[in-house]
Amino acid sequence: MMNRLHIGMALVCGLSWAASLHAQDSTAQVTTTLAASCAACHGPQGNSLGGTPTLAALNKDYFIQRMQGFKNGSIPATVMHQHARGLTDDEIIALAAYFAAQPRQTPLTAPHQAFQGAQ
Amino acid sequence: MTNNTSASAAETFSRRQFVRSVMYGGLAFYGMPAFARASRPPLGHVVVIGAGFAGLTAAKYLREWSLGNLRVTIVEPNPQFISCPQSNLVLGGSRTMDELSFSYALSRKQHDLQWIQDTVTTIDPVNKQVTLARGSLHYDRLILAPGVDFDYSRIPGMTSPVTEIPHAWKAGKQTLLLRQQLESMPDGGVFAMTIPQGAYRCPPGPYERACQVAHYFQQHKPRSKVIILDANADITSKKGLFLQSFQGAYKDIIEYHNNSEIIQLETGSKTVRTDFETVQADVLNVIPPQLAGKVAQNAGLANVDQRWCEVDFVTYASSAHSEVHIIGDSISAGLPKSAHMATSQAKICAAAIIDIQAGMPPNPLPVFANTCYSFVDDKQAMHVANVYRYDPAKKSMVSAEGGGVSTHASSQEGDYAQAWAQNIWADTLT
Ligand code: HEC
Repeated sequence: MMNRLHIGMALVCGLSWAASLHAQDSTAQVTTTLAASCAACHGPQGNSLGGTPTLAALNKDYFIQRMQGFKNGSIPATVMHQHARGLTDDEIIALAAYFAAQPRQTPLTAPHQAFQGAQ
Repeated sequence: MTNNTSASAAETFSRRQFVRSVMYGGLAFYGMPAFARASRPPLGHVVVIGAGFAGLTAAKYLREWSLGNLRVTIVEPNPQFISCPQSNLVLGGSRTMDELSFSYALSRKQHDLQWIQDTVTTIDPVNKQVTLARGSLHYDRLILAPGVDFDYSRIPGMTSPVTEIPHAWKAGKQTLLLRQQLESMPDGGVFAMTIPQGAYRCPPGPYERACQVAHYFQQHKPRSKVIILDANADITSKKGLFLQSFQGAYKDIIEYHNNSEIIQLETGSKTVRTDFETVQADVLNVIPPQLAGKVAQNAGLANVDQRWCEVDFVTYASSAHSEVHIIGDSISAGLPKSAHMATSQAKICAAAIIDIQAGMPPNPLPVFANTCYSFVDDKQAMHVANVYRYDPAKKSMVSAEGGGVSTHASSQEGDYAQAWAQNIWADTLT
């Protein structure tokens, strides 16, 4: 009941809410969250700042092929075998679809600033 | 827990269906009063305390994944972001503090974060109120990401910080101070480092530091020594890999001594006595025993051994207060306290809070990745990497299939470690 009330109230507050519900479709968000933990090495939404491959807009089948190759050891890797082996086949398929749908763009760089002597 | 994480699939489905039907029908009736949207975001207000890797990442993804429907306020005392990852390279001489220092301005602007540069004095979880040095805030959900605090009371002979004996375990002035001490140390001198027992930030960090200092000595002060006094029974992370360096490139410089808890420390002469020996150092680096950040301790949330905070790994809600979430180095978990780990937890927490605020169950089975690179010199690095999955029976995140460490340090991995830094900085700060 609380939930309905809450949502009812939220509705009054605008269209952006409708959009957010869409974005929250559970399985999609689960994959988005998992994909976000790849960002440490592959950049925001798979757009790497260099050094590691960009995953955004990679062909889905190619993505799956590479991940399965890392998983079974047929494709040599420095680190990706550790990650690929921890993921299920379904997760790999979902991640392939997620990254295939991300636009390729130049990522923003973290803004450097002279050290101010903090901490 | 106010949310029902074990809601059945059928219940979830019907709730969503209900939401959709009301939503599309409802909008026609209600229209969209713009003022309401501006003044009261539909999903409420989240206050984030601490803008390190964990807090800043949580704030960003709360805004991004709620499509702006959550208001987020950050409270952070420091004027800029300083990366602890790679700060050991400042000691080795291949990085400068400027290269590790960043402005918060871009992330504030990109995600429309409300920002308060202040310190927290008290938290009142019952009234959902945070009191600051200069004001107070009300929240619907609170995220604490205060990092670690140091426990000097456990160091016999140094029960409070001593300027001349830096910890350099939070990057900043301390890092520079230690670097300056190494620079002014004569060739043939001794650098001693103590490692505490129990959980601490960055498990491989002390051993990486030993390698960095040895690398600097090798080039500039080849007759000098690095003595590691480790309170633990053995090297706690990447053991085989670090031994390759300790017994290889640095065999004439590094001495590793295990089970070497500090029995007595004499700060004036920088002398450490252990059960086995007495070491007099020219430069002494004491890495203090650690516990959850002060904010969490003061709020009574450090409920595991009075040191770390117990949380639910589905939502990161504190076991003491379900509307207070805790992420990063402060939590009690069998997980390494690393930057990548902090950002991975932050993302799970952000997604869960959005679900909870929208009246939906959060993902009951979170999965995330963690990697930690360590440099053995200015170019070569090695990793430890794992995927972790929530185990509902154990109520904890457990290491999935696969995972492990490099076979040896390499410059190829050194390049990837630099790429990791660039990418995690971008992910956190833009
Ligand atoms: C620790 C850093 C790191 C993390 C975390 C990481 N990757 Fe990678 N990834 C790499 C590196 C480095 C390579 C190049 C192969 C190698 O040496 O391992 C790579 C390669 C890949 C490739 C092949 C790309 C190509 O064009 O050949 C894919 C696909 C990939 N990663 C997907 C992922 C996904 C999905 C995740 C998250 C679940 C992830 N990676 C997490 C570092 C990482």
